[in-house]
Order: sequence, then C-alpha cells, then structure tokens
Amino acid sequence: MGKLSRIALLYIGAVVVAAVAVVAVGPFGGFDWRQVGVLGLLLVACESSATLLNSRGLTWSANSIASLAAVVLCGPVGAALVACCTLLGIRRGPKPAQRLFNTAMYTLSAYLAGRAFLLFGGHVGTPGPSSFPGIIGSFAAAAVVHVAVNFALVRGVFWLTRDAESAPGRLGLDFKLWLTDLGYGAFGLLIAALWSVLGPFAPVLVLIPVIVARWAVAQFAAQQRAYEATVSALCQAVETKDFYTRGHSERVSRGSVMIATEIGMRVERVAAIRYAGMLHDVGKLGVPTSVLQKRSSLTDDEYAAIQLHPMRGIDIVREIGFLDEALAGIMHHHERIDGRGYPMGLAGDEIPEFARVLSVADAFDAMTSDRSYRGARPVPEAVAELRKWAGKQFDPAFVDAFVAAIERDGWSPPDGGIPAGGQPVAAAADGDPAADAVGPLRTIESL
Amino acid sequence: MLARRSRTQATTRNFLDSGQSLLVAFAGLLLIWSVTQTAVNGVNDVHAALAFGALIAFGELLRLNLPGDREAAPIATAGAMAYAVLLRVGTVPATHGAGQVVAVTAIGMIVGALPHLAVGRPTRIAVMSARLLAVACAAIAFRPLANASLIGSRWWSELPVMLALVVASLFVEAVISALMRTEALRTRFIVALGDELRVQMAIGAATGASALLIAFAAEVMGLAAVAVFAAPLLVTQVALRRYAGIRATYLQTVRALARVTEIGGYVETGHSARVSRLAVSIGRELGMPEAALLELEYAALMHDIGQLSLRDPVPGGATVLVTRAEQRRIAEYGAEVIGQARVLHAVADIVRRQSDPCRPAGRAQPPPLSSRIIRAANAYDDLVGSSDDPSRAAEAVERLRLDTGSEYDPRVVEALSKLVVP
Repeated sequence: MGKLSRIALLYIGAVVVAAVAVVAVGPFGGFDWRQVGVLGLLLVACESSATLLNSRGLTWSANSIASLAAVVLCGPVGAALVACCTLLGIRRGPKPAQRLFNTAMYTLSAYLAGRAFLLFGGHVGTPGPSSFPGIIGSFAAAAVVHVAVNFALVRGVFWLTRDAESAPGRLGLDFKLWLTDLGYGAFGLLIAALWSVLGPFAPVLVLIPVIVARWAVAQFAAQQRAYEATVSALCQAVETKDFYTRGHSERVSRGSVMIATEIGMRVERVAAIRYAGMLHDVGKLGVPTSVLQKRSSLTDDEYAAIQLHPMRGIDIVREIGFLDEALAGIMHHHERIDGRGYPMGLAGDEIPEFARVLSVADAFDAMTSDRSYRGARPVPEAVAELRKWAGKQFDPAFVDAFVAAIERDGWSPPDGGIPAGGQPVAAAADGDPAADAVGPLRTIESL
Repeated sequence: MLARRSRTQATTRNFLDSGQSLLVAFAGLLLIWSVTQTAVNGVNDVHAALAFGALIAFGELLRLNLPGDREAAPIATAGAMAYAVLLRVGTVPATHGAGQVVAVTAIGMIVGALPHLAVGRPTRIAVMSARLLAVACAAIAFRPLANASLIGSRWWSELPVMLALVVASLFVEAVISALMRTEALRTRFIVALGDELRVQMAIGAATGASALLIAFAAEVMGLAAVAVFAAPLLVTQVALRRYAGIRATYLQTVRALARVTEIGGYVETGHSARVSRLAVSIGRELGMPEAALLELEYAALMHDIGQLSLRDPVPGGATVLVTRAEQRRIAEYGAEVIGQARVLHAVADIVRRQSDPCRPAGRAQPPPLSSRIIRAANAYDDLVGSSDDPSRAAEAVERLRLDTGSEYDPRVVEALSKLVVP
C-alpha cells in the first residue's frame, strides 16, 4: 500500500470502527462457542495459506469457506467473530495496517452475509435433512453478499490510494476471482450441512479434497515452470555455438508472444508460439560450425546447408507433442510474403500464421542485436525497417501489431558490447533479413 | 501413429500375463456371484443403486492416466467406496448387501468403459479388475456389520470403522497395482509398492475423504450428495490430467532436444536414446525407485549435451576414447547447461559426475549411482553401438569387467551383463 494518504487512513479507520461496533454490539446468544472456536481455527488455516495474486502484495485466501459455514451455523455475530480470527493468520507479508484492514473487512463481509442469509429466509443452526433444498437459496444470497462486500471494500482502498497497479486488475481477473470465491464459499454450506452427522470432523473431511485439488493445481503449475526453464536452458546450449545469437531464441519467443497477444490469439496458441519461438533455430545445430562462423561470403553449397536449417529443426522437434502449428511455424519462419524466402518459397497466406509471426520477431531481434560486422541498431530504426519491408518480407498486420505492442510495453534489446574473444560469425543463418536475401534481394542491411 | 498403436497393443497383451489373468478371472467370478446374488435377492433401494451406478460410470468415463503409465478413476472409486460404506440415505437405513455393491460397481465400470472401447482406446481389464477387487474387499467387510446394526449411530463410532476400511481398501488396490508392475517391469515388489504409495498418496487421500463425505452427506442431503462431493475430485482430476500431459511433453522434449547432439554430428545416431534405455533398465535391475529412474533417464538423455561446447565433434562421438580431462570438461559443461534450468539440480549433478571413476583417488566422494550407471551404459554403447551381435556385446561386457573396481562399478556391470548377454 505504500504511504497512506489521510483520506485512506480515514477510510481504513471507518471500516475498522464499523467492524468493532458490529462485534461489540452483539448479541452473543444463539450460537455454540465451540463451533465458533473450530471455525475460527479453520479460518486461521485458510488465511495462513493465502496465495499471492501479484507482486505488490495483493493476496487471496479461501476464508469464505469458514466465514460462510459460520453464517449458517452461528449467525451474523458468530460469523463476524469467526472472521475476526483473520488477525491471527500466520503468514509473512501484510503490514499491521493491512492486517487490521483485512480483518475488519472480512468481519464486515461475514456480518453482512449473515444478515443477508436471515433476510432471505435462512435459519441459523445446524441444518438437517429438512433444510434442503430451501437453504440453498438463502445461502447463495449470503455468499454473493460476502463476495460483493469483500470486493467493494478492497476496491475502495485501491481507489483511495490511487494504486491502480496493484488493484485486482481488469474486470476479467475480478470476475474469475468472484467465481473462485463463490466456489470455495459453497464448501462452507457443505461443512455446515455435515455438522449434524460429523461434528467438528466436518471441516477436516471437507477440506482434504479441497487441499488436494489445490495441491494438484500447484503441481501442474510447477511442472509447467520446470518445463519452460528446461526448454530455455537447452535452447541456450544450442546458442553456445554462436556468441552473437545468445538470448536470441528467448527474445524471439518474447516478441512472438507480444504479437500473438496483440492480435488476440487464444491462450493455448500463445503458449505454443512461445515454444515455437524458443525452438525456431534449433536446426542450426545441423549446420556445420565452420559455415556458421565463416567471415567471407558463402558458396552456393553453404547457402544450401543454411537454408536447410528449418527442416533440420523440424526433424528434432517433430516428436514433441506440440500443436502442429508450432511445427509449421518453425519450418517456415524464413519464408517471405513475396514468396522469395526458403525452404519452400511460399507466399502470402500460404505461409502459416505462426511462421509469419515468428519471422517478424526474428528479424526485429536480429536487427537490434550486435553482429560481428555491425553494432546493434536502435529500436526506432529497426521499427522503421520493419515497416519498410512490410508487405514484401513481412505480413503488415503482424508488423503493425508488433509495433503497437512495442510502443506500449517497450522492448529491451540485449546488453550491448562485444566480448573479448567473441567469435566472429557470418550473418548467415539467423533471422537477419540481409543475410537471408540472396543475390539481387540484398535488402535491409546492405542499404 | 501406427507404431504407437502397436506398442499399446503389445502392452495390453503383456498386461494379461499369468498373474494378471488370474486377477481378471477372479474379478469375473466376483461379478458373476454378485449379479446372481442381486438377481436372486432383488435390488435394494433402486434409486440409490442408480445414483451410485451413474456416478461410477461417469468416473470411469473420466478415468485419467497418472505419471508412470498408471490409470486411475478417482471419481468412480470414491463413488464405489461411498456405496460400500453407506449407512443411511436421508433417515432411511441403507440395507443393500455386499453383492449389490459389487454388482453396481462392476456394471457402472463396464458402462463407463464402453465409450472408451467404442473409440478404440485400449482398456486395461486387469487394472479395472484390481479396482473392483479393492471395492469388493471394503463391501464384504462392511456391509454385514452395517446391516446387522453393529456399528453405533454416532459419528465417533461410525467414522473410525469407515475410515479404516476405506484406507485398507485403497491399500489393497495399491498392493495389487504394485504386484502387476513387479511382473510387467521386472522391478522389486517393495520398490514398486513404495512408488505406488507415493504416486497415489494425495489422490488417494482425496478419493477416500470424498467417499466418506458422500456417505455421510447422503444422510443430510439425500442422493444430491453424490453429485455435490464429486466436484472437488473433478477439479483435482482436471489438474492432474494437465500435469500428466505436461510431464509427458517434458520427456518428449528432452528426448527430442537430446538429439541435437546427433544432428550436429557430435554423436552417433540413436546413441542418447540407447544409453537412456539401457541406463533405466540397469537402474530398475538395481532397485531404484521411480523418481530416481526419471532423473536417471533425463541425465542419460542429456549426458552428451556438453559436447556442444566442442568446436569439432569427437570422431564417432565415442567419449570413451578421449582423455579423462576432456571427458570431465564435457561433463562439466553439460552440467552447467542443465543447471541453468534451475529445476534439475539432481540431473545436473548426475551429468557432472558421469566421467568420474567409481572409486576416485584420495578422499573424494564416489559419484552417485546414477552417474556410475550412465558411465557404464555410455561406455558399453560406445563399444557396441547399434549392433545386436551377441558376441560383440559379450566382448564389450568383458572389457568393462576388466575395468571394474577402479573405473566401473562392479554391481552396475553385473546388472548390465544380465541385461545384454543372454
């Protein structure tokens, strides 16, 4: 939250006072203190395993399970008391002010959810067989109020501190969080429903599948990260053949993802193009090092060897269970819109979409990186070159998308400076447009 | 595609060997007994039978593959277990017998498997039999107790009995799967059981807890509980499916990228694949657990990645022929590359130590077992290559044997010789 303005402090103060008032006024009758204790423990457990939503400390926790169970079992005041246990959550991160605000916010949400539950005809107490299905409607009202109050109060803080960046983001994320919260909240009803048959074991038993589900999702995410890290490490190994292309695959991958996101590709396709970008030059391994590092101009045979590298790449990655699109992208990333590229000489729309995206990112990174025969060009100059060759070498739509993305998000070219002992290379097999143009097509770089 | 299809068929056939045909036969008898019994006694509470049968069929339809070529159907298992330990639906006591539980489970499973069969997906009858058997154990132990009202009517008397039975039945399933793997993969039973328990632990806990929840919730919510408590398992299952998918892609990718050394002319074609196959077989022979075998496979696939740092390939890629210092440099560089991934530390370490002799001079630690295995497998492949001439294999093993003690681990060489010399 950073330094708080006076008005933000006032707001937080008001929320805290309201929460304290709700708890202080009571009444403290009509609920079982043991239930409040068990659910309070449950809430501490949920709060302690909060997940970080963004790097600025916005977190999300499954507190609504405990709060909403308490709404049914203990009523509004009992639920507010349970929610007070947020203060005891064992986790690092929140500053005292934040912790206090969170506690007050959850207390108010729980209390108002309890009121909504009563308003929509719910009866406080352990539900029995006769409560179903009538209880579902009142519970749904309580769950919606809980989520709504929670989000409104959080929104208020971000609005007042003008900290738009760490707010829960665009509506999309908000909506997803809403749904997640409601989904977890539903388990609150299940805990309440099972209390009559399982007593205090109800929360334990209900939470096991929930915890395992979260564990499975985390496993998947971890494996995904491991996979990406491994692919990128292996790509770097391939790049060791040529100092000047270090980090090239990584940057082409990033550029391709920028274009793909800009033109609104589906998430799975964006993931596939990320890998395609990383692996697009893997076939260069099949080109003899002596050709890659040659200073003088290349013979026809040597050009032929270089022109084969996309096919070699396909040989290597064919076995991977990717989308076929990624393979097509790797194979054709040196085709040109005007049909003078390689390996097949495809033109226009014959070139797969992935390949047209990759070729823009590839050429752009080649221009903005150092080469043995020239230094890196500044970004605006490279952008101008892209625009100039749009329609001849590149697909204009993707050039526009890339330029728009760069103008908005920026582009960080590789660190300059030629290392001592860096190997000189011929500008042969990377995405350098000049190098790809054979004979009369000497284009960008030779101008 | 053709190759893959025929391989799966081979595994399916393989799965129906000796012990497994016994298992399937036993499950078949169980099915006949249960259906006959149910037909004679009549179906008890048709609504519950239909609801649970539908859940089991749905779960079987959504069965998933776990890492290590395993199959699981958590929702079906949870449904069947819940039906086995069901005490009351609403306020009405459940009085169905064990025979009905087995019949409903078996029929549900068969119905759920039909769409898989229709699209030609291989169906492992042995695995389904194991699941049926585990449920039958729980039902046969619990139903008589429940129907004779020998279990109290409070949760603190019911829960422990039900919990114990569900855990026991999941354990039975793990034991049967471990026995099947022991037979199919030539691993040791105790290692296989350990692997099985590790893989199934989390999903088993969720399955068991869901089974108990469904059984208890049926008392409050009636049969709606069946659908409600399958939901968290569904989330788990979706995540696990994606997890298994990415793990498979991971292995494919490492396999594919390991071939860059072949395409670059650094090693002979097929070398990394052969070394990794041989290394994994040796590791299994020596009783390594599955997680270690996976690391061994990764390390064996990438053991030559360090050669990319060489300007000129070693003639024929045979690292056994170059100097020790050169070998070490290649290994060191390979480990550095793998270490950059920041997630494969153990693999990087295995690759780093692969060129060390099995008894290093001085007081240095001997290299890990996986490194010693890769060292021997690599040397063997450098000597034999893709040839399948038995005399050449015997010769190569003899040559490695001469160097055991200082260079190669004698246990590893013995395991290797068992695998390659008939």
